[in-house]
Amino acid sequence: MRVAGLLLMLSGWVIVLTAVALLSSQTSRTAFLVCGLGVEVLGLIVCLRFSVREEGRQR
Amino acid sequence: MTEASLELCLVLLLLVPLAIAGLSLVNGGLGRSHSSAHAMLSSLCVVSVAAIFYLFVGAGLMGYADEPGYGVTIARHGWNWFGSENFFLHHLDAGHAQSALTGALELFAVAMAALIPLSAGADRWRLGASSVSTALLASLLYPLFGHWVWGGGWLAQLGAQHGMGRGFLDMSGAGTVQAVGGISALAVTWLLGPRRNKYLKSGMATAIPGHNIVIVLFGCALMLPGWMALNAAGAMLFYQVPVGLVPLIAVNTLLCGAGSLLAALGLTRWRFGKPDASLCANGWVGGLVASSAAAAWISPLSALLTGLVAGVLIIYTVEFLELKFFVDDPAGAVSVHAVTGIWGLLSAGIFARDAVAGQMLAQLVGVATLLGCVLPLTYLVNWCAQCVYRYRIDDDGERLGIDLHELGAGAYPEFVVHGDEFIQR
Repeated sequence: MRVAGLLLMLSGWVIVLTAVALLSSQTSRTAFLVCGLGVEVLGLIVCLRFSVREEGRQR
Repeated sequence: MTEASLELCLVLLLLVPLAIAGLSLVNGGLGRSHSSAHAMLSSLCVVSVAAIFYLFVGAGLMGYADEPGYGVTIARHGWNWFGSENFFLHHLDAGHAQSALTGALELFAVAMAALIPLSAGADRWRLGASSVSTALLASLLYPLFGHWVWGGGWLAQLGAQHGMGRGFLDMSGAGTVQAVGGISALAVTWLLGPRRNKYLKSGMATAIPGHNIVIVLFGCALMLPGWMALNAAGAMLFYQVPVGLVPLIAVNTLLCGAGSLLAALGLTRWRFGKPDASLCANGWVGGLVASSAAAAWISPLSALLTGLVAGVLIIYTVEFLELKFFVDDPAGAVSVHAVTGIWGLLSAGIFARDAVAGQMLAQLVGVATLLGCVLPLTYLVNWCAQCVYRYRIDDDGERLGIDLHELGAGAYPEFVVHGDEFIQR
C-alpha cells in the first residue's frame, strides 16, 4: 500500500508538470496544479495510513 | 558582485557552521542518554561523508546558475534537468571568487540537510547505515533538487519560460535544504519503524523525553547567528540581493524564530498548563527554517506572522504524526524541517513584496515537486540501500543502548543507565 501511495504522489507531480508544460491559460494551469497537489496529498495520506496498519500488525 | 560584497559573503560563510553545530547539539540532546555519544559521532560522520560525496559527485550534478545544463525542449520551452559540471572536483575554479563562495555555501547546506534525518533515526539507526544514506543524499537527492532551484534548472526558470512570477523562490534553502532533509527524515522513519517500546499494545505512545534539554536550548541559541549568516549569504550569492538588505534579513530571521518560539510556548502553556521546553526549542528552529525561504523579500511584520504560523504548525503536526500516524521522530524533524520549510516556501508566495503575477503558482509547483518527486525518490533509494545494508540495529543492541552496542562505551560512563526503563511490565 505504501508503494501505491508513493505512485499516487508521483502521478500528482506528473499532472503538475503536464499542466506547466502544455497549458498556457493561468486559470486552467491553476486548476490542474491544485488537482495535482490534491492527488499528492491523497498519496501521502495513503502512505501514512499504511504505516498505522503496519505498526498495528507489529504490536 | 563587488569586492566588498564578496568579502562580506566570506565572513558570513564562516559563521554558517554555527548553525550546523547548533543542529547537532539539538539532535544529541533530544535523544536518549544511552545514544548521545553515538548521535554526536554520527553528526560528525554524516557531515564528513556529505562533504566528500558532494564535492566528488554532487557538485557536478548541481552545476551553477550561469552554466549550461542537460535538458529537453517541450512545446518551445527549455527544461533544464541536470548540471553539466565535471565530477571529481574538476568543476572547482579557484580563480572565480563568486562561484567558489557559492560552492562552499552549497557544501555547508548539504551538511545541514544530511544532519536532519539523523535526528529522526535517533536511538536505532546504525552509524554505517546513516553514512550510506547521507552519501545518497549528498550525491543524488540534494544536488538534483538543488540544480532545479539554484543551478538554473527548470524550477528557477518558471518565471522566464512560463510566466510564473520570478520563478520558484527559495532564498537560502527552506525547500532545497530543510524540506529535502525533512522529507528524508520521513522516509527514514518509515524504513526504520518506531523505537522499541515506543508504542504500547493499546496503541498509546510512550513519552521518551530528550536526555539533556540544556544542550538542546544551547544549540538553539548557537543556531541564530549561523542561520542569519546562512540566510544573508544565500540571498547574496543565489539571488544577488544587495548588501543593504542584509540587516533586514537578520531582523526577519530573528523575528521569524521569535514568533515561532512564542507561538509554541503560548500554545503548550495553554494546552498542557506549562510550557514544554523541547517543543519550544522545536518552535524556535522551525521559525528559523521558515525564514530561509524569503527573509530578504518580506516585511518584518510578515516575518513575525510567518513565524507565528510556523510555531502553531509544529505543535499540531508533531502530535498528529506521533499519535495518529505512528511516526516516531524523536526530534520532530519532519515537522520542524519539512512542514515549516514548505510553509516558508508558501509564505514567500503570499508575503513577498513586489510580487509578480503567478509567483504563488511557482511556489506551488516547487512544493508539488518536493512531495511528488523528492519524497518517492528518497524512499526508493533508501529502500534499495536498506536491502543491501541493514539500517536498524538489532533488538539486543537497542535494549543495551546504541552507544554500548556500536561504540563500546557510553557518553556518561559514571552514570548508571537503566536500559529497561521503558519496558512494559
